[in-house]
Amino acid sequence: MIELAGIAMNVVAAVVLLVFLPLLAACALLLLPARAHRLVVVVCIAAPLALMLSPTMQVATEGSLDIVLGGYAAPLGIGLHLDSLALLMLWLVAVVGGLAALHALAGFAPGSPAGRRFWPCWLLLIAGLNAMFLSADLFNLYVAFEMVTLMAVALVAIEGSAGALRAALRYLLLGLLASLAYLIGVAILYSAHGTLDLYLLADAVGAGDDATLTAAALITVALLLKGAIFPLHLWLPAAHARAPGPVSALLSALVVKVALYLLWRLWFWTGAGLDLRGAAQVLGTLGATAVLYGAMAALVQSRLKTMVAYSTVAQLGYLMLLLPLADALAFKGAVYHLLSHALAKAAMFLAAANILFALGHDRLDRLGGVDRRLPVSLFAFGIAGVSLMGLPPSGGFLAKWMLLEAALAQRAWGWAAVLILGSLLAAVYVFRVLAAAFRHDDAAPVAAKPVPWLMNASALLLALLALFAGFAAAPVLALLDSGGPFLPLEGP
Amino acid sequence: MSTSLVYLLASAALFGIGLYGLLTAAHVLRKLLALNVMGGAVFLLLVTRESDSKLVTLAARDGAAPDPVAQALVLTGIVVAVATTAFALALMVRLHAVSGSTELDDD
Repeated sequence: MIELAGIAMNVVAAVVLLVFLPLLAACALLLLPARAHRLVVVVCIAAPLALMLSPTMQVATEGSLDIVLGGYAAPLGIGLHLDSLALLMLWLVAVVGGLAALHALAGFAPGSPAGRRFWPCWLLLIAGLNAMFLSADLFNLYVAFEMVTLMAVALVAIEGSAGALRAALRYLLLGLLASLAYLIGVAILYSAHGTLDLYLLADAVGAGDDATLTAAALITVALLLKGAIFPLHLWLPAAHARAPGPVSALLSALVVKVALYLLWRLWFWTGAGLDLRGAAQVLGTLGATAVLYGAMAALVQSRLKTMVAYSTVAQLGYLMLLLPLADALAFKGAVYHLLSHALAKAAMFLAAANILFALGHDRLDRLGGVDRRLPVSLFAFGIAGVSLMGLPPSGGFLAKWMLLEAALAQRAWGWAAVLILGSLLAAVYVFRVLAAAFRHDDAAPVAAKPVPWLMNASALLLALLALFAGFAAAPVLALLDSGGPFLPLEGP
Repeated sequence: MSTSLVYLLASAALFGIGLYGLLTAAHVLRKLLALNVMGGAVFLLLVTRESDSKLVTLAARDGAAPDPVAQALVLTGIVVAVATTAFALALMVRLHAVSGSTELDDD
């Protein structure tokens, strides 16, 4: 019994530390002398991988876990909820956040003037992301979301040019507008049901009254704005393209996903009792439009990073298709798409950042010869592209296959067509970059600065993970089988 | 007209005014002020609560203690609003220093 309690304690401590370690480390960086910064940063990159072990064992063997903070139970206190979906997201933060941080070690050396501004923001962003994936309380989610938005904006602005500052301010103003819409929804839900706990609310909202549906609409719009879903995506391309490489990677891989993750949570867990089929069709249509519009916009961009940012607009659309498809297979496909897109897109942004770093520009019409100068970065870009296109054996292939199978089984031909068309368009914009890079007819050979090995290695590792995610699917999908919202034995 | 309806209408009016300002103002400072007006509207809504099938503001209800959770939420919300406003102002000052402009649209 004591031993059992010890193990439980261990899991709780690990989960809480996933949020508090980066939070405390960020504060520590502001106080410690510059020579200690590298150690703090390296610990914060490595520690999450170790901290994830006991929560993984917990979820794999015993299922989900509720943590009551400070001994105050749910209606009053703030709870953390760890289940298989949250666990996978935490792994994603640890892996993508860790590898992008390795890339940033080269660009923003800890302790240097640039590093001193960069790392506290980065660590607070990681803490906010982990808090959002774990939190079971609507208001706590609001606070964590503000933390994520503020730090994301700060990191976009860090370069300090007028363009970056404008992109950051626009992102911030729209983010604050979304937060207020979300907060009105929270106010309505609290006054109608007297609780803010996601899972207690599920019982309270029942079939849904007008107040609940109004709140649901406000919160959904707020999350679409934060998640940059068409037609509320206008802030994204500038912000993601202007940010430094590792920041773009984190923003596209995780920060916009967190909004869609929360949308899924509210839609399928908290709002499970509501009849939202009509709204789901509308949101699915927005997602489908995002897939097609984003890919076409990516096709006409003249700069590499802006193109990759528009590709994010397109890929986010697939995550919305889960709302109308809404079954166990589509859920697995959508979660797997979220994971593999995060890996592939982070790799792509890091590779694009390396090209920008080496050439001093990222204009597509002047990329000729990059294949000889930057083979590793271009290779990483290419194999990340394989996952975006959905070619086997990549994770993107498996995800789109599952989504497609779900759409065909439901005879939803429209969604199936969007899935196929989106992949074809992705192939076109990825090959457009590769074609530009392999062109050698330029009179003057490109001059390229050497890229530090950490920057190459992190991009390549992420791309390989995205490629081989197709092979490692079995344990991930087994986890989702035991904890998804669409099972005969539905949990809370 | 009950007290709480006054609060609700005031909240809706403030939110509308703020939203109009946010969308039409060109100067970043005006946009920020508009967002803060909207924030005030949301906080007002948070402390107004439906009870006994009649809308009453807890803070204004005689005899009963106000709902501490709603108060705590508003207090946290105000802290967040102060932090975000300060941060946005810092970004605006920096933008002015770099480009001499305080508007978002002249790229």
